[in-house]
Amino acid sequence: MDVRAQLSMTFHLDKCIGCHTCSVACKNVWTTRQGAEYMWWNNVETKPGAGYPLTWEDQERFRGGWEVTSSGQLRLKLLKGPGKLRTLANIFFQPNLPTIDDYYEPFTFDYDNLFNAPAGDDQPVARPKSLITGEFMDKIAIGPNWDDDFGGSPVYASNDPNLKVLSDSQKEMLTKFHKLFYFYFPRICNHCLNPGCVASCPSGALYKRGEDGIVLLDQEVCRAWRFCVSACPYKKPYFNWASGKSEKCIFCYPRTETSQPNACAHACTGRIRYVGVILYDADRIEETAKLPQERLVEAMRDIVLDPNDPKVVEAARKNGIEDNWIEAAQNSPSYKFFKKWRLSMPHHPEFRTLPMNFYLPPLSPILHQAKSDKGGTFDPESAEFFNDIELMRIPLKYLAQLLSGGNEGVVMESLKKQMAVRMYTRQMRVGDVGEARVRGALNEAGITEQDALDIYKLVALAQYKERFVIPEIHREIKTTVDPRTMYEKRGHVGFGFKRREFVARKW
Amino acid sequence: MWDTILFGYVPYVFITIAIVGIVWRFTTDKYSWSSLSSQFLENRVLFFGSFPWHMGIILILLAHIIILLIPQSVLAWNSAVPRLYALEISGLALGILTLFGLVMFIYRRLTDSRVRSVTSSWDVLVLIVLVIQIVTGLGNAILYKWGSNWLAGAASPWVWSIILFSPKVAYVANLPLVTKIHIFNAMVIILLIPFTRFVHFLAFVGPLKYMTRPYQVVRWYSRAPRTEALRQYK
Repeated sequence: MDVRAQLSMTFHLDKCIGCHTCSVACKNVWTTRQGAEYMWWNNVETKPGAGYPLTWEDQERFRGGWEVTSSGQLRLKLLKGPGKLRTLANIFFQPNLPTIDDYYEPFTFDYDNLFNAPAGDDQPVARPKSLITGEFMDKIAIGPNWDDDFGGSPVYASNDPNLKVLSDSQKEMLTKFHKLFYFYFPRICNHCLNPGCVASCPSGALYKRGEDGIVLLDQEVCRAWRFCVSACPYKKPYFNWASGKSEKCIFCYPRTETSQPNACAHACTGRIRYVGVILYDADRIEETAKLPQERLVEAMRDIVLDPNDPKVVEAARKNGIEDNWIEAAQNSPSYKFFKKWRLSMPHHPEFRTLPMNFYLPPLSPILHQAKSDKGGTFDPESAEFFNDIELMRIPLKYLAQLLSGGNEGVVMESLKKQMAVRMYTRQMRVGDVGEARVRGALNEAGITEQDALDIYKLVALAQYKERFVIPEIHREIKTTVDPRTMYEKRGHVGFGFKRREFVARKW
Repeated sequence: MWDTILFGYVPYVFITIAIVGIVWRFTTDKYSWSSLSSQFLENRVLFFGSFPWHMGIILILLAHIIILLIPQSVLAWNSAVPRLYALEISGLALGILTLFGLVMFIYRRLTDSRVRSVTSSWDVLVLIVLVIQIVTGLGNAILYKWGSNWLAGAASPWVWSIILFSPKVAYVANLPLVTKIHIFNAMVIILLIPFTRFVHFLAFVGPLKYMTRPYQVVRWYSRAPRTEALRQYK
């Protein structure tokens, strides 16, 4: 057993209102630089939707993530056939690289014209201007959230790669207003245990930090081969076209190292985000990543270790994990959601990178379609509100495609638990569900009343310190830079050099 | 007189500047130690530029190096006429391939406004130098046949005399003007390595190391750097 610590974020999708405050917080802190304007290390997608970059989940096109070969080996999808030799063959032209058009051309507006236009008969306008070329654009064809709230859904939402598994009648829901469903999906880098980006980098610039599991990209070592952009199935490394280096979400490590939550998590208005430590067994990464895709969620729960188990604690100490980290792991909301209560699940585990951010599947909108088919309406105040989950509006199949590699059982388990908690709290507050029915639901979901209360507290009432249990890294002992160079390196944020001040290099 | 300066002294000046420049850039500006990729901004024309160009130039450059460094073996190969034909024709074909790629590069830099916005004056210089090199190279191949033979006889001894610090300019003094331009321009390319995107000639080490490296890389700050062989996930 090789116990490692990993910082992990959990997203409670039911509470996400799609306000993009997280994205803006991240952008303001990290990506308002030339070459990075188009990057959204944190972005929020409307699902179903094509996403950002467009159809990023389509691995036939981008070849991100891993596959198990016929000989039982784990191989990057990008390196199909000759394996690593393919990297040499594609080094001059990378066939699976998304281009700027798959994201969007960054733009600003000619605001000066509003103030400085000469007097005339017409109202002056601010025309869009490309941030790459500086030229005026005819029109803005696409933006980072073009299909927000189902804007243009026949074009965008219907191109969602996850819809392939749905039946025609289920797909039809996208166009029938009274059957419509959608939810928001915030995404950051998953800081995977078996990251595709790290594995694909010909320069070895990407690495996983041993202490907290954050995946980083060494800007000084990056040589612009761009394989990480393709190999990451989540499309979270981005190529900076001005500096010629890739960049990615850094889990706000300068903040987490001092036990502050990430900018996105801190800014979240819906308080949907939880950050905590997870202990896992690094010896079992490879065997876990190779399992059949329906078993991946279970296997990932298996590789995560119980921080209250004395044996695990002992092994963790032996491995140099400090006490404040072990204690944080014991209070970790991410651990509770993922393993203790089995509520959250990874995003697309079938990409086999073992992503380390987890999502609680959305229960809303619960108003199920069978009822509205009959023309009936719901009284959300009635006990009948709590209906059969099988008939809920968001097809279970779709959620399973998104969160469990097609395994509907684990999604169902989570939804049933969430529903049981709702019934439990409604009975507690309003009392119209009925004791027997609540107990039945709790039994069926396999949780105790205490569990239900704890879950309710954590999802609905939790305060800052309960949502963000982030232990400090002892910088005086562990440091990312040579202490002798710390003074001259102060002020660096990790992207280029301070003296360079983020200008595009000229050679 | 001019020949002595250009082919007797200038090579040493250029090579010295190149070596000092390379060391200087590697130590002070390792960050920029690559070619600024613009595939992200435009990848359709680039495919027809980059692939033929790199395949062609790598093979033709290897052929040049072999002829210049071990001329006897090439002369031996060329002693049979069909083999000489095969070598010359494939050389010419590769030259045309590189020219095609280069034309695509230039077309792309001129027509695509996004690519133009990341084009520096150094890039323009690089393209000009490469055009001179490829055109004179093809000129040699077409105007003065059996270059692989006379190159081995004339240029190779000159290269060796430069390497051995006793320049014998007489070997190249009587070569045609096109050939002289080709040789001199090659030295300009060497000179430009530390100052332009040519520096990516020297960035191939990473991908070669990648061939034997385990997929995953873990860095520890609390542990001493690892000296034994890297292991996956460790």
